[in-house]
Amino acid sequence: MENQTALFQYCLRLADSNLILSHRLSEWCGHGPILEEDIALINIALDFIGHGTALLQYAALVEGKGRSEDDLAYMRNEREYRNALLVEQPNGDYAKTIARQFLFDTFQYHFYQALQNSKDETLAALAAKALKEITYHLRHSSQWVLRMGDGTDESHSRIQTAFDDLWMFTGDLFDMDTTDETLLKQGIAVDLAPVKEKWQTQVSEVLQQATLKIPDQTFMQGGSRDGRHTEHLGYLLAEMQYLPRTYPGAKW
Amino acid sequence: MQTEKDNKQAEFDFQAKIDKGDKIEPKDWMPERYRNQLVRMMSQHAHSEIVGMLPEGNWITRAPSLRRKAILLAKVQDEAGHGMYLYSAAETLGVDRTEMLKQLHTGKAKYSSIFNYPTLTWADIGAIGWLVDGAAIMNQTALAKGSYGPYSRAMVRICKEESFHNRQGYEIMCSLSFGTSEQKQMAQDAFNRWWWPAIMMLGPSDDNSPNSDELMRWKVKMESSDSIRRRFIDRTVPQAEFIGLTVPDPHMKFNKETGHYEHGPINWEEFFNVIKGNGPCNKERVKARNEADKNGRWVREAAEAYAEKHKKN
Repeated sequence: MENQTALFQYCLRLADSNLILSHRLSEWCGHGPILEEDIALINIALDFIGHGTALLQYAALVEGKGRSEDDLAYMRNEREYRNALLVEQPNGDYAKTIARQFLFDTFQYHFYQALQNSKDETLAALAAKALKEITYHLRHSSQWVLRMGDGTDESHSRIQTAFDDLWMFTGDLFDMDTTDETLLKQGIAVDLAPVKEKWQTQVSEVLQQATLKIPDQTFMQGGSRDGRHTEHLGYLLAEMQYLPRTYPGAKW
Repeated sequence: MQTEKDNKQAEFDFQAKIDKGDKIEPKDWMPERYRNQLVRMMSQHAHSEIVGMLPEGNWITRAPSLRRKAILLAKVQDEAGHGMYLYSAAETLGVDRTEMLKQLHTGKAKYSSIFNYPTLTWADIGAIGWLVDGAAIMNQTALAKGSYGPYSRAMVRICKEESFHNRQGYEIMCSLSFGTSEQKQMAQDAFNRWWWPAIMMLGPSDDNSPNSDELMRWKVKMESSDSIRRRFIDRTVPQAEFIGLTVPDPHMKFNKETGHYEHGPINWEEFFNVIKGNGPCNKERVKARNEADKNGRWVREAAEAYAEKHKKN
């Protein structure tokens, strides 16, 4: 694989997960369980959109075809999106939103720790900047996992169900393909094997502390690397992209 | 025990303090009517911020560019923050947030009638920032000079953020008005729908507004509704003209002698109808707040149970 194509794909992968999760979180706006959480979720959604935008700008630059970050966000189809399957999963109840967030925050935390050392200076700088925010995100979602797991019977059962339902999408976070191989050789990409180990350790620790069980399901869904998503992404993009697609060429 | 004479003296001192321009602070003596009026105003204001998140939140997922999306998210986050700030300020008067929210959920407490109108197109997000926040700022900059310390300080801070909201709204309207013909149409349509509700949200005309004298004397109300409305119109009409939008009021004209615009008759029947609960979205808004509260109960209970279990001895 050509280096430039690989780097472009890699940026899209990182950007899209941020963009899609931001979208999901913003769906909570005004409907959160308590005002403080409304504020927290919007704040996190804002961090994600900011980071996603920066990554898409870089992707556009790397691609060098004159596309803008908005073109990349609003004019790519379902099969061109590269976000993790986990982040496109619907919000469900607050337990599902928190479980999804915790699983992804833990991944991002360890992933970006490693990406800080990327030989690509832009990615390294973006990672260092994002890490400050991600540290807060992870603290927020971990604390809610603890509260729910070790809270009431109802909250325990809801968060356990959420982890059980989402577990099969976590393997996809760590799948590696030729994009990774190409960029690993140049010290740009992150080796996901050690990230996975750290992720497993931390997730196990927090779940254990929250009196929750690690789901025993071992079969993992994959596909995001090739743009094979769950059915949910199509609806999300239809909603997100409708204005620029209805009025092509309009400036907003 | 306080005698009637003591009360009179206290009320005299209270008024003297206000006349001098000093602030009334939470622990100071204040007449019950003053306290109640402020709780009513502040909680109503807080509820408006929270309910206002719904029509605006309605467009976050559909914002037409990443920049617009980030701005809208930041704006709605500000509104939520204002709500929290105002609930806290109201709590200094001895009423807690749970009680205030209960009044919102049961329909006992009101919020700004404007949020009972729907956001139908993207241009509505521009119109809300430009017109609704624009009208609110007119009112709030006056309230920032009010006599109750915590409320007036909250207003100072809130006004700073609202003026950013106002500008981003007008900027959206500019982009649309100078955009394609479809975008311009979208902007004019939103302007047509939001103009009158924005004019009305500043409150009934002065001859139809009871209790005003006492509230003005206490510096709870700082300026009459008609006067705020006039300032809002004087400021907004030239802005509309600048971007080529037509004010949806055939009677609107500039009076050279007074230096003010004069508007046509206001449909107060619509205003009172919406306040009574008959606006397009009253039921939906209150239902959304009730459902958020209901669906969030187990979450709040979990947090309490966890805190109880892990209480440090």
